[in-house]
Amino acid sequence: MTMTSNEIEELILKSFPNAKITIDDLRGDGDHFAAQVVTEEFRGKSRVQQHQMIYNAMGGRVGKELHALALNTSAPKD
Amino acid sequence: MEDNTKEKIKDIIRDNEVLLFMKGTPVMPQCGFSAAVVGVLTHMGVKFNSINVLEDAEIREGIKEYSDWPTIPQLYVKNEFVGGCDIIREMHENGELSDYFNNAGISV
Repeated sequence: MTMTSNEIEELILKSFPNAKITIDDLRGDGDHFAAQVVTEEFRGKSRVQQHQMIYNAMGGRVGKELHALALNTSAPKD
Repeated sequence: MEDNTKEKIKDIIRDNEVLLFMKGTPVMPQCGFSAAVVGVLTHMGVKFNSINVLEDAEIREGIKEYSDWPTIPQLYVKNEFVGGCDIIREMHENGELSDYFNNAGISV
């Protein structure tokens, strides 16, 4: 099973409607993506927690339909 | 996850200061992301032990539940989950990882 950049973006936006998202298809195989996500909802959260928030937004697809989603997450710079 | 699997994971994390759950072994990694973390730890000269999750399906799935983290590799330092490949890379690149090890009393 694979995914598209749009599907990933839609899933993340569903949970984080105000997030700024950039998605890179690392290998063009629909299985390895990188995503940068910036949202106020990450403020005060550790990096592990921020990534777990994204994994939850992805509904358990990371590690299954998606082999890898390399994440770079942060709250907006003030 | 079976109780005995959970106990097995708990014990092995407790008994190893720096522990990498990976696919393959440090000498023969079976996945680019696992190899990348091995590379970072080796580059920093950190002594670590590793678990080849490909040899134990129960640990392979159990560790994901245990850490609430869906992928492998996973790095533990002194009983604490530090992160997977993207977090370890990011911390290494911005100098956070050496601080983390030093603060944990592991010289690098």
